[in-house]
Amino acid sequence: MIPAPFDYVAAESTTHALDLLDSFGDDAKLLAGGHSLLPMMKLRLAAPAALIDIGRLAELIGIRADGDELVIGASTPHAAVAASDLVRADAPLLAHSAAQVGDPQIRHRGTIGGSLAHADPAADLPMALVALGGRVDLLSQGGTRSVAADDFFTGFFETSLEPGELIASVRVPRQPGAAWGYQKFVRRANDWAIVGAAAINGRIALANMGPTPVRARAAEQALADGASPAEAAELAAEGTEPGEDVHAGRDYRRHLARVLTRRALEHLT
Amino acid sequence: MQVEITVNGQQRSDDVEPRLLLVHYLREVCGLRAANVGCDTTSCGACTVLMKGPGEVGGESVKSCTVLAVQANGRQVTTAEGLAPDGGLHPVQAAFRQEHGLQCGFCTPGMVMAAVGLLSENPHPTEAEVREGLEGNFCRCTGYHNIVRAVLAAASSANGAAVGERAEVGA
Repeated sequence: MIPAPFDYVAAESTTHALDLLDSFGDDAKLLAGGHSLLPMMKLRLAAPAALIDIGRLAELIGIRADGDELVIGASTPHAAVAASDLVRADAPLLAHSAAQVGDPQIRHRGTIGGSLAHADPAADLPMALVALGGRVDLLSQGGTRSVAADDFFTGFFETSLEPGELIASVRVPRQPGAAWGYQKFVRRANDWAIVGAAAINGRIALANMGPTPVRARAAEQALADGASPAEAAELAAEGTEPGEDVHAGRDYRRHLARVLTRRALEHLT
Repeated sequence: MQVEITVNGQQRSDDVEPRLLLVHYLREVCGLRAANVGCDTTSCGACTVLMKGPGEVGGESVKSCTVLAVQANGRQVTTAEGLAPDGGLHPVQAAFRQEHGLQCGFCTPGMVMAAVGLLSENPHPTEAEVREGLEGNFCRCTGYHNIVRAVLAAASSANGAAVGERAEVGA
């Protein structure tokens, strides 16, 4: 499968990338690893007129500690996040979820910023970011803004990214020693979650239980009120509106949300 | 767009369309047909090659159906043809032959490249690590056991470890 024709520009800096975004307008897409975008372009679900390559910008790659947060450059590949000693020590849930994305080859190319911008509700990293209470730093000609994970995902494959904005970095709280749980139900290797659940510090996020990754707020509230993991997990599907597809119907997804949430809460690492 | 790509150690300069996929560049522009187009959707791994740029660290194996040739600009790409000098076999290729790690052979070039990439990151993998490390490569005929055997055998031979350890695999 061959994508529709497009212009390609390798950005020399984020400033250059922002200039290019402005000049191309809505017709351009940012390219980092391309492991969400290129498959869509090959299937002709996307046909941008131009690709602006930010995949090799050193300023967007890397992991560092900044006070009580970890800052991960948007073009950092999943494999680097998964292997980072810093992430494994201070945000092990993030390291684990990065290691669950696709397969080794995909993790060598796919990036954290790309996965979040793509905003697939079944994907690992959006759910992890919501569970962690992380945020994304967005950059545009007008300056920077930081958006909380809970507000970043606005709809099915939609985010609060405005035209002319790019994700510069991802921030997650440093929580060394915090117990976490991560459950992902798939039928095949290298697949997206039919349903996923991630839990840490009383926060619970679900994948593929709606158009965006969602918090299991009723279950969180129950935990806060002293319920057992099993009791809280019974409420995990409250308020969710999961879709139906060939993999699972609505009721089965709600069942999975309860089961996976219980497992995530009972098997905290 | 003009790209400079080092393919199997040979520096090339080619004028390519931005939409040209790396696998098509390798097969049709370079005439290297080891990397196969299987699923064409980043799943099967038959198109796996190694790619690395100057100063880049970390894993090299990539699915070349989901990389643009222009993204390989300035980088080194290695295909199965480039693993060993003409007529020779890389230890992983030799191990696939020795352990019968293939039947129809369609997945083999990608499987070998994924294994070479895995061993470069983890020279002493356990059987479980080999199975996880090859998660991105599908084989529809061997049933994987002999492939895993072959990768472990290659790791053993490269390290001079006891050949007998292989007998434990999949037993």
